[in-house]
Amino acid sequence: MNFFLQLAINGLVVGSIYALVAMGFVIIYKATSVLNFAQGEFLLLGAYGSLVLLTRFHLPLYAAVLLTLALAAVLGLAIERLILRPLVGEPVISVIMVTLGLSSILRAVVQGIWGTDTRPFPEVFPSAPLMLGQVPVSRAYAWSLGCVGGRLVAFSLFFKYSRLGIAMRATAFSQQVALSMGISVRRIFALAWAIAAVVSAVGGILLGAVRTGVDQSLALIGLKVLPVVILGGLDSVPGAIAGGLLIGVLENLAGGYLDPLCGGGVKEVAPFVILVAILMIKPYGLFGKVRIERV
Amino acid sequence: MMRCGDFKTSYADDMAIFDSGFARWGLGLLLLALLAVPAFASGYWMDVANRIGIAVIAALGLNILTGFTGQISLGNAAFMAVGAYATAYLDGHLGLPLPAVIPLAGALAAVAGMIFGVPSLRLKGLYLAMATLAAHFIVEFVVTHWHAVTGGVNGLSVPAAGLFGRALDSDAKLFYLIFPLTCLLVLFAKNLFRTKVGKAFVAIRDQDVSAEVMGVDLFKYKLLSFGVSSFYVGVAGSLLAYQAKYISPENFPISLAIDSLAMIIIGGLGSVLGSILGAIFITVLPELLRLGAARLSDVFPGMAGLLASLKLGAFGLAIVLFLIFEPDGLAARWHKIKTYWRLYPFSY
Repeated sequence: MNFFLQLAINGLVVGSIYALVAMGFVIIYKATSVLNFAQGEFLLLGAYGSLVLLTRFHLPLYAAVLLTLALAAVLGLAIERLILRPLVGEPVISVIMVTLGLSSILRAVVQGIWGTDTRPFPEVFPSAPLMLGQVPVSRAYAWSLGCVGGRLVAFSLFFKYSRLGIAMRATAFSQQVALSMGISVRRIFALAWAIAAVVSAVGGILLGAVRTGVDQSLALIGLKVLPVVILGGLDSVPGAIAGGLLIGVLENLAGGYLDPLCGGGVKEVAPFVILVAILMIKPYGLFGKVRIERV
Repeated sequence: MMRCGDFKTSYADDMAIFDSGFARWGLGLLLLALLAVPAFASGYWMDVANRIGIAVIAALGLNILTGFTGQISLGNAAFMAVGAYATAYLDGHLGLPLPAVIPLAGALAAVAGMIFGVPSLRLKGLYLAMATLAAHFIVEFVVTHWHAVTGGVNGLSVPAAGLFGRALDSDAKLFYLIFPLTCLLVLFAKNLFRTKVGKAFVAIRDQDVSAEVMGVDLFKYKLLSFGVSSFYVGVAGSLLAYQAKYISPENFPISLAIDSLAMIIIGGLGSVLGSILGAIFITVLPELLRLGAARLSDVFPGMAGLLASLKLGAFGLAIVLFLIFEPDGLAARWHKIKTYWRLYPFSY
C-alpha cells in the first residue's frame, strides 16, 4: 500500500508539471487552432534561463523567476509574430511542421549555448521532506503541486471574469464573430502564445528545482504532453489538468508495477498506449468538444 | 523541344509521364550519367549517395501516405525499423537470399503499417498523427525488449548484401543495388497515380466524404495507402540495414520520422519529384554544414564543437523558412521556373 501511495504521489507531482505544459498547449490550440510541438522547448528555455539568472547573475529567487517569465513572454510574442503570423490559413500539416522546425531551432540554440551536460540547479527549497501520513514528500514536489493548483485557480478566474479572458474564449469559439465584435484577434493570438510560453517556463523552473539538475531531456516532456492533451481534450483547460494528473499517476503506476516484468522502459511507452486507447474509444478526449464535420 | 502549351489530342498523351521526346531522352541521359558516379566519387560521397537513395525511397513512401492520401503519419521511423530488423533477421538468422529478403522486409513493414493504419478510419489530421506517433513509441518499445529477435538495446549486425554470388561490401557496389531499386520504385509511384488506386488516394485526400459518396471504399483504400507507403519505407529500412551493417534502436529515433516529414514538406506534398528533391536537400544539408564548419574552423576555433547544434538549428531554420516563403515546396518552384522559361519571353 505504501508503494502504491508513493507511486501515486510521485505521479501526481510529475503529472502536475505535465498539466502545466499541457495547459500552455491547450491555450494556444484554443485561441489559434495551432498545435505547438515546441512546448517542451519553452520548458527548456525556462529552466536554463532561470539557471543562468540564479547562478551567473546571482539574483534572488523571486527576481530570477519573474525575469525568466518576462523573457518567456517576450519570446512567445516574438515567435507568434515572426513565425506563426505568416502561416495563418495554411493546412494543418504545415503548421505542425513549422512548430517542429521551431522546436529544432530552440533546442539547437540551447545546445549551442549551454551544451548537453547536466547542470546542477541551485537548492531553492529546503531539503527536509514534508510527511503526508506515512509518505515523505519532498518540499519541491509540494511546491510544484501547489503552484499548479494556484495556476488552475488563477486561470479559471482569468478566463471567467476578466475582459481579456472572455475575449480569448470568444476568439476560441469563433474568430470571425470575435473580430466583428471589435476584439483584436491579433492581440489575442499574441497573448495566447505569451501565456503558453510563461506557463511552460514555470514548468521548466519547477522541474529544474525538483530534479536539481537541468539537461536536454526536459524537452522530451514536450512529447509526453501530447497524450495528456489528447486524453483531456484538445480544447479544454480543465481537461489538460485532469489529463496531466491522470497520465502522471498512470505512467508511474505502470512503471512501478510493470517494470520488473518487462525489464524497464514501461514509463516511456505507457502514456502512448493510453493515447492509442483513448483515440480508439473517445478521440476527442474526456472533456473535449466533439467536432462535427460538414461537407 | 519544350512544349510551350498544353495541347494533348488523345487520352494516352494526357496520361503520359513525359511531355515530349526531349524530356524522355533527357531523363535517360541523366540516369546514365548518374550510373557513372561511382567512378568519380570518393568513398565518403558514395556513402552520401547511398543515403540519398534510401532517403528518396522513404520520402516517397511517406509522400504516398501523407501527400497523396492526406493521412498524416509520424510513424516512418517505426516502419523503417521494422524493415531493417526484418532484413537483419531474415538474412542473418534465416540466411535467405537478398532478392527474397528485401521484398519480404517490405511486406512485413506493409503489414505493420496496415495494423497501425486501422485508426485512420476513425481519426483524421492531428489525431491520426498522434496515433502514428504512439505507434512509433510502441514499436520502439517492442524492438528494445524483444531480445530474441532484435537483440534488444545492443542491436544486430547485418551480413553484407550478396547478389548473384558476389558480396556488395563497398559503398560503390551497394550503389548499384540502391540506385536501380530507387529508379524502379520512383517509376512505380509515378504510375500508381495514373491508375484507379492512385486516383482513389487523391480523392480521399481532397474530400473524403465526397469520395465515399462517389463509391471509393474509404477503409480499403486508406489501409492500402498505409500498406503501399509502409512497403516503400520498409524497403528503405532494409537497404539502410545493408548500408549501415549494424542496426540498433538508436538508428531509428523520432527525429528520423521528422526528417522524412521535412523532406516531403520542403520537397512538395503530393509530388513524386518533390520527394526526390526534398530527400536530396535534407540529406545533403548536414554535409554542406560540415564542410562549411571545417573551412571556417580556422577562423572561428571551436566551430567544430558547435557542429551538432548547427546541424539541428539549420534543419529547423530550413523548415521554418521554406514553410514561410515557399509553402508549396521545391517541386512547385521547379515547375514555376520551367513554366517561365517555357514561355519566355511571353510568360503572360
